[in-house]
Amino acid sequence: MYNYSDFDEAFVRARVAQFRGQVERRLDGSLSEEEFRPLRLMNGLYLQLHAYMLRVAIPYGTLRSDQMRQLAMIADRWDKGYGHFTTRQNIQFNWPKLTDVPDILGALADVQMHAIQTSGNCIRNVTADHFAGAAADEVADPRPVAELIRQWSTDHAEFQFLPRKFKIAITGAAADRAVIRAHDIGLQIVREGDQIGYRVLVGGGLGRTPLIGQVIRAFLPKADLLPYLEAIVATYNLLGRRDNKYKARIKITVFENGIEAFRAATEAEFARIRPEFTGVDQDILAGIEAQFAPPAFRNTDPAPFAAALAVDPLLRAWAERSLAPHKRDNHAIVTVSLKAHGATPGDATSDQMRVLADLADRYGYGELRISHEQNVILPHVAKADLPNVHAELLRAGLATANVGLLSDIIACPGMDYCALATARSIPVAQGLATHFKAIGLEDEIGKLKIKISGCINACGHHHVGHIGILGLDRAGVENYQITLGGDGSEQAAIGERAGPGFAYDEVIPAIERLLRAYLALRQSRGESFIDAYRRLGPAPFKAALYPQEARDAA
Amino acid sequence: MSVIVRDDGFHPEDWDGPITDLAPDTDPAALPALADGTGLIRIAFPAFSDGRGFTLARRLRAAGFAGRLRAAGHVLADQYAMARRSGFDEVEIPADLAARQPADQWQARADWGRHDYRARLKG
Repeated sequence: MYNYSDFDEAFVRARVAQFRGQVERRLDGSLSEEEFRPLRLMNGLYLQLHAYMLRVAIPYGTLRSDQMRQLAMIADRWDKGYGHFTTRQNIQFNWPKLTDVPDILGALADVQMHAIQTSGNCIRNVTADHFAGAAADEVADPRPVAELIRQWSTDHAEFQFLPRKFKIAITGAAADRAVIRAHDIGLQIVREGDQIGYRVLVGGGLGRTPLIGQVIRAFLPKADLLPYLEAIVATYNLLGRRDNKYKARIKITVFENGIEAFRAATEAEFARIRPEFTGVDQDILAGIEAQFAPPAFRNTDPAPFAAALAVDPLLRAWAERSLAPHKRDNHAIVTVSLKAHGATPGDATSDQMRVLADLADRYGYGELRISHEQNVILPHVAKADLPNVHAELLRAGLATANVGLLSDIIACPGMDYCALATARSIPVAQGLATHFKAIGLEDEIGKLKIKISGCINACGHHHVGHIGILGLDRAGVENYQITLGGDGSEQAAIGERAGPGFAYDEVIPAIERLLRAYLALRQSRGESFIDAYRRLGPAPFKAALYPQEARDAA
Repeated sequence: MSVIVRDDGFHPEDWDGPITDLAPDTDPAALPALADGTGLIRIAFPAFSDGRGFTLARRLRAAGFAGRLRAAGHVLADQYAMARRSGFDEVEIPADLAARQPADQWQARADWGRHDYRARLKG
């Protein structure tokens, strides 16, 4: 895993000192609140509904065990003993005091972490496939290049005051676990003959105008990446709209100008910028790649795991949901659900963080990952160790066997924390999870992605949920719109609004009608909700959601 | 009266030649024609949150402009390093901003050449 160079170390320390100075200058009046705002935002500090919120980057979702322990320490010392993992591989602390924040940033720097550019109209924390470096299906580990992009974009002089925020995601596999098609720039590492390069998408995004990213370059040679990214962002910086923040994202720039015109402008800029890059970045990338060399995998016999599976139904149920194929046959990728039924999706207490760090040290080569689906991953676990890992997770209350199921819900913080929210999200997620567990249908329903946003900004990715729930405010009353058929994977699709919204207490019954209809309509247990929806179209599902209208029409 | 900020602190206006003023929405296609000049090009920053001037400056330099390049308007001391790295020689700020953000706050970023990832990666 990546270790800071002397350059990185000096940079983050200087940055902490700058922010300490900015806080002092805000307090003495040198900086107005309006001027301080973007400066605190580009250091991860928001002003929320009840307090400041500090958003800490977990670059490309990768954490070492000592870093996880430090997050637990920060939660205990400066917050309320918990943190919230977000859909962009960050962790949010909801209750820091402004004057403590420079010290928190210092504590992060002690373990090579930071909160730089986790907010603001700049290039945000680069996200990556949470199975990177472990997945059986990847062409190459995307984390080294994500680190290269992190370095390039950090404090980039030209791109700190873009028209709007800018998000880049990268995957090294055809299976898209990083939602690259819903990012300002999506990158997929691809191989053409013996050459490694990138498929580059631009202009995806959710929010109030959801759009799927379009291919701007089908194959970009590896060495051209930074100048090409720079050309895209420079083109956007000049061309992007600044008259209306709701039309300022690059997806609108691409949509209004057309992909051909945007591509032409980008390619012309690329031709100008490319000669400025001498190739040193590729030497630096090679050094980064060496640091991401896989750990020395232990060569243990997986037979004890198979034997335990045969006799332990709890282990079997957990393994069926929580494990993904590892590139080594005798290892597995373990997803630890942070979605216990009734809990807040993505929240982890400091005790849970320490348990996970200890497990990573004992069984996982000290490595952890955070997924955009708000779970924690142990990317490399020898199969022989899985029974022990499961037993320890059970003791810690972290063995919920619901990964990929109905209750593995993405939900934004919503009205419980967020200043922008128009409705609650967390209680809807909690209510759905506990209800379907109580009626015993969760396992029967099988694979399903429900995603909930508490406002039009769509932090909960509702547009790409198989079932999306969007909470709005209708004359002071919460109202929830349901979208169907969205997909955040390589088969990306924007969900279609099913019809009129539902009151808060009508949401769970509506989802139950919808899913009972699915159970009645599916061809077999193997046909998931999204597959059935694709085969049948929206009509039978809308009829289940709106039985009165269906009767009236009949 | 405006104040001119350079690495060594505040200065009064000391340019008496012609000035070419560019708005942030200048068509970048017009930049190559300006790059041959040797005078002073002044790019306006009507709001500190409008970062177009940084890209315009970088592109002017890339097109070969070797004259004096100035960022003028609502630029913060915290943006001084960004301005210098993008190719500006100096920043022109109004007197009230200079009073609120005195020279030491700008000179704190006179080390703008340090900790510059982009410069390191470009080579």
